[in-house]
Amino acid sequence: MTNKTLYKWFWVWDFEKEERWLNEMAQSGWALCKVGPCIYTFEPCEPGDYFVRLEMHSPDASYTAFLEEIGAEYIGRVFQWTYYRRKAEMGQFDIFSDIDSRIAHLDRIGRALAIIGGANLLIGFVNTFSPAHFGWVNLLCATLLMYGLGRIHGKKEALEKEKAWRE
Amino acid sequence: MHDSIALTEAVYYILLSLYTPQHGYGIMQRTEALSNGRVRLAAGTLYGALSSLTEKGWIQLLPADPVSRKKEYILTNAGLEALKNEVSRLKELAENGEKILGGSEDDK
Repeated sequence: MTNKTLYKWFWVWDFEKEERWLNEMAQSGWALCKVGPCIYTFEPCEPGDYFVRLEMHSPDASYTAFLEEIGAEYIGRVFQWTYYRRKAEMGQFDIFSDIDSRIAHLDRIGRALAIIGGANLLIGFVNTFSPAHFGWVNLLCATLLMYGLGRIHGKKEALEKEKAWRE
Repeated sequence: MHDSIALTEAVYYILLSLYTPQHGYGIMQRTEALSNGRVRLAAGTLYGALSSLTEKGWIQLLPADPVSRKKEYILTNAGLEALKNEVSRLKELAENGEKILGGSEDDK
């Protein structure tokens, strides 16, 4: 059997949905082996052979080395998103097992959205008053990114509420 | 100085696992075995905890194994002290729970 390539779009705030989809693929015998912007390449595997995880973090060689040391395989990066997989026979593979590190992850995503959103807002305003009249494209992007920021913030608030009474 | 801050379950089991030298995967396996599979340390969570515990001086990195190149950690004296304090704090919690719940059981 040869590899299979799929094209799929996920919003940043739907990263959990993306991860779920990748694990469903692994469940049905297709393990993610290469990743690019909206491009996912899968290789055949025994159904349920792998757990796939994604995390947004800046390049960090010592973190990636640590993950490899515990048996995880680095698949690739798309912007700041990093994809890992590990053989299911090594046990459940998760990146986060506590609320604090989940909140820190959402903070990282939120910061990235705020920076790109803010830049688009600024460029949008500048372009609105320039002869090019392309400012609305940036303003549209900024609106979308701010919506994303709201979604991420909502997830974070839910976790913080939970943290008030449990670890 | 008595540090009475409660440890998270993850930190508690990481410290317990490091009573003898362990590398990352070893810590995960020991924690799972000690808690009968109840507590599972996720990779990022463990990495973050190892960094902050090293910074705090409760655990330390051992010279890397020249063959496997795997990083091993061990509890320091300060870490052992913190762990002992936590055990007595947990004992108090458990004893009080048993005293009150165990008592109401007898009243029935």
